[in-house]
Amino acid sequence: MTTATSVTDHVPLPQLHRRLTTARLPRWAPAATAVLAIALGCAIGAGAGLQSHLQWGLIAALLFVVISYGSSAKVEGRRQARDQLATSLVWVAFILAVVPLVSLIFYTIQQGAAVVNGDFLSHSMRGVYSSGPGGGIYHALLGTIQQVGLATLMAAPIGLLTAVYLVEYGRGRLAKVVTFFVDVMTGVPSIVAGLFILSLWILALGFQYSGFAGSLALAILMIPVVVRSTEEMLKLVPNELREASYALGVPKWKTILRIVIPTAIGGIATGVMLAVARITGETAPVLMLVFVSDSINSNPFQGPQMDLPIYIWQQYAQVNNSFGYARAWGAALVLIAFVMGLNLIARGIARWRSPKSGH
Amino acid sequence: MAKRIDVSGLSAYYGATKAIEDISMTVEPRSVTAFIGPSGCGKSTFLRTLNRMHEVIPGARVEGKVLLDDENLYASNVDPVAVRRTVGMVFQRPNPFPTMSIYDNVAAGLKLAGIRKKSVLDGVVENSLKGANLWKEVSGRLNKPGAGLSGGQQQRLCIARAIAVEPQVLLMDEPCSALDPISTLAIEDLIGELKERFTIVIVTHNMQQAARVSDRTAFFNLAGVGQPGKLVELDDTQRIFSNPSVQATEDYISGRFG
Amino acid sequence: MTSSTPDSSGGRTTTTPTGSLQGNSRRGDRLFFVASAGSGILLLVIMAAIAGFLLYRSGIALSKDQTNFFTTFEWDPDNILKPSFGIAVLTFGTIVSGCIAMVLAVPLAIAIALFISHYAPRKIAQPFAYLVDLLAAVPSIVYGLWGALFLVPHLAGLTSWMNTYLGWTYIFRTTHQGAPARNLFTTGILLAIMILPIITAVSREVFRQVPRSHEEAALALGATRWEMIRTAVLPFGRPGVISASMLGLGRALGETMAVAIVLSSSNVLSLHLLDAGGGTFAQNIALKYSEAGPAGKDALMASGLVLFVITLLVNGGARLIIARRKEYSGANA
Repeated sequence: MTTATSVTDHVPLPQLHRRLTTARLPRWAPAATAVLAIALGCAIGAGAGLQSHLQWGLIAALLFVVISYGSSAKVEGRRQARDQLATSLVWVAFILAVVPLVSLIFYTIQQGAAVVNGDFLSHSMRGVYSSGPGGGIYHALLGTIQQVGLATLMAAPIGLLTAVYLVEYGRGRLAKVVTFFVDVMTGVPSIVAGLFILSLWILALGFQYSGFAGSLALAILMIPVVVRSTEEMLKLVPNELREASYALGVPKWKTILRIVIPTAIGGIATGVMLAVARITGETAPVLMLVFVSDSINSNPFQGPQMDLPIYIWQQYAQVNNSFGYARAWGAALVLIAFVMGLNLIARGIARWRSPKSGH
Repeated sequence: MAKRIDVSGLSAYYGATKAIEDISMTVEPRSVTAFIGPSGCGKSTFLRTLNRMHEVIPGARVEGKVLLDDENLYASNVDPVAVRRTVGMVFQRPNPFPTMSIYDNVAAGLKLAGIRKKSVLDGVVENSLKGANLWKEVSGRLNKPGAGLSGGQQQRLCIARAIAVEPQVLLMDEPCSALDPISTLAIEDLIGELKERFTIVIVTHNMQQAARVSDRTAFFNLAGVGQPGKLVELDDTQRIFSNPSVQATEDYISGRFG
Repeated sequence: MTSSTPDSSGGRTTTTPTGSLQGNSRRGDRLFFVASAGSGILLLVIMAAIAGFLLYRSGIALSKDQTNFFTTFEWDPDNILKPSFGIAVLTFGTIVSGCIAMVLAVPLAIAIALFISHYAPRKIAQPFAYLVDLLAAVPSIVYGLWGALFLVPHLAGLTSWMNTYLGWTYIFRTTHQGAPARNLFTTGILLAIMILPIITAVSREVFRQVPRSHEEAALALGATRWEMIRTAVLPFGRPGVISASMLGLGRALGETMAVAIVLSSSNVLSLHLLDAGGGTFAQNIALKYSEAGPAGKDALMASGLVLFVITLLVNGGARLIIARRKEYSGANA
């Protein structure tokens, strides 16, 4: 047999035969290295007179990686040292990421909490001297809710029906083309969506700046997101359910409405909520289309409106003083809370209607 | 090459659950030892403790000793990575690396060990594929993805990959359970050849297979659902299947339970 | 996908005996089909309209442009005597800030995704993954605000340090010391932080889907954890990571408000990345549209079209890369 040959001309490879026991660093080594690196980093930072604590941290991180690689290479050998290097790099990356992200949240809460109160939430900027304190975001909050609500009313049904088409009917060339353009649409930069509505709705058709114009642009950004997530959810519905329904003589449209969509409704709702959260924070297209207003305008179809992202922009860029910054932080906190709230609700729905729980 | 395995007082846990309890046995070098027993009796878990694969599952741990020619695998200064290089493993479902060619799959272990010389790799790949009785079928398409082979071929590719790093022991976890009868036969023939070079331990659901391929057979059982699995007896395969010393073994083999 | 469902005209599946019922279901089916296919077609119409309007407006703008659209630095379309505008600065700024963002964010995101999927103790991994998901939803205007009021002052030290020790590289030399760090480098860092959560979130999901059997195969060959990740996890996850990165790049290229707030805009094309000034497509549109006349608006449309084409190319590139690697994708394993 072939085995005979392979045994006879077999040359053992020395690299493959290692002892089972190897010298290993003690378990407390990473912790000790971290402490050492931080101490050295601070010492070097302070010694060199570096002002930014960011640099101290970067030096400490670099030292941590180098020391742990070096000690491991010396004691445990090259392969272990590489493993150690990867581990320490991953941990350093984790800490590097945590710093700015946590700082962002913490800073926003710290700055915003000082401003947000009942007055801030229930008043507009009408008649408020913008270089001074006071004023609020009521008009912007109202605008955000109206514009996002209108956009959702337009985008959700179109997105949902398109996804139904792609999953339940979609064969042939049209479906392929639609799938492709959903992808293209996902990549449309928000400012381009704004430009398009500007040139169509306002320049070509001659309508005025309004909240509705903004929601048209937001709807364009929202549709592909809804299509994608709904599509995924509908695909998860087992075919057996559809076949069981057809076997009972239920027509296709009723099967879709009564069986397929209700089965996937949790996931669909989650997807829509996440899409809402995403467009709520969009500034650029809205900035071009709803204009800016300091007073309350509860009619999204007429006259300039405000919304939270533009409010932040206005307070930062146009007011541009410490009172403006404070109001901007306050609005940012409210906006983040709004978006996170939507996310939490989406997750709640996902968990509540998750297929695993069975119903 | 082949080494003796001495297990004494070994228990394995998944978190707080004890999966196997107090197992002691000896596995002879250059022989095939089969583990049989009902589902959930811990035979696969036990197999995975022999090359410290058990502990890669989060929360899993092991108590007791596994001696490989007098060296305890669970001694504090033993590197589990080195253990797995010495004790190779073949899994229930064929699992060639999907992103690699046939050649790269077989050479994977060597490349990890830092062997890069083309002539060395070529030789080992050819020998390993020959050793796994796969060379004739794939020698013309070594650069094609391993995932394109049939199930039986994939499993033999995995065996070639395992023996390429020259382990001293080869563990097989139900290697034929996902294969058709003809592929199963090919693997069984292969096991008979491989035992000239390796100590082989095989877990199987199929008692005929245990009877066909193994020199010694160990029967595992559990007292009830949620109870840890235990070793009932280990003896020459012929005795286990003709005249076992424990009643439970006979009941299981004759199909009176399970 | 659906398998044995009726064809698009509906009705043919289950012929119910009663004629009236059949007619009813036929009508319902047709109505439903028309509604859903109509939505798909509407979507195509919108896309066609976007492309059409941008092309039409850009045509008008370019016919008036007295200079080369691709190589001109200045942006002065409303000049009646000599309307001249070009996208050289914008192209450079957009691509450079996008590249800086990718160089910083992609390795970091892969590492963080691996941290969550393979390294972190489970008690940390779960809440941290959740935190990353929430951060992916933070609106860009908030990142911009934080970037301008927190990041820019905090990068001053790093900027002067880089100028001192890395100035010899030319790109990290500053010509005016002490100015606020409202430059392309800071913009790149901010964009990196903004796209980090989305790349991480997608990569993490891909890494989690790596079959356990592949990981165990590597471990059983005597691979260390890092070697296991290199042989089993990264190759399997590669297409997913690439498409996640491209998604991130697309966002970075089109990002408007954060850039508008942080980068001080000017008609300068400078390889000194730490010097304030420069611009990106989206920023330029957001800053210029309000004072732009009709010609200016058309010019902005033309630059918007270029941005649109660039993002299209990026997305198409990602798609190609993924399609080419399908043979080895492991989906058939």
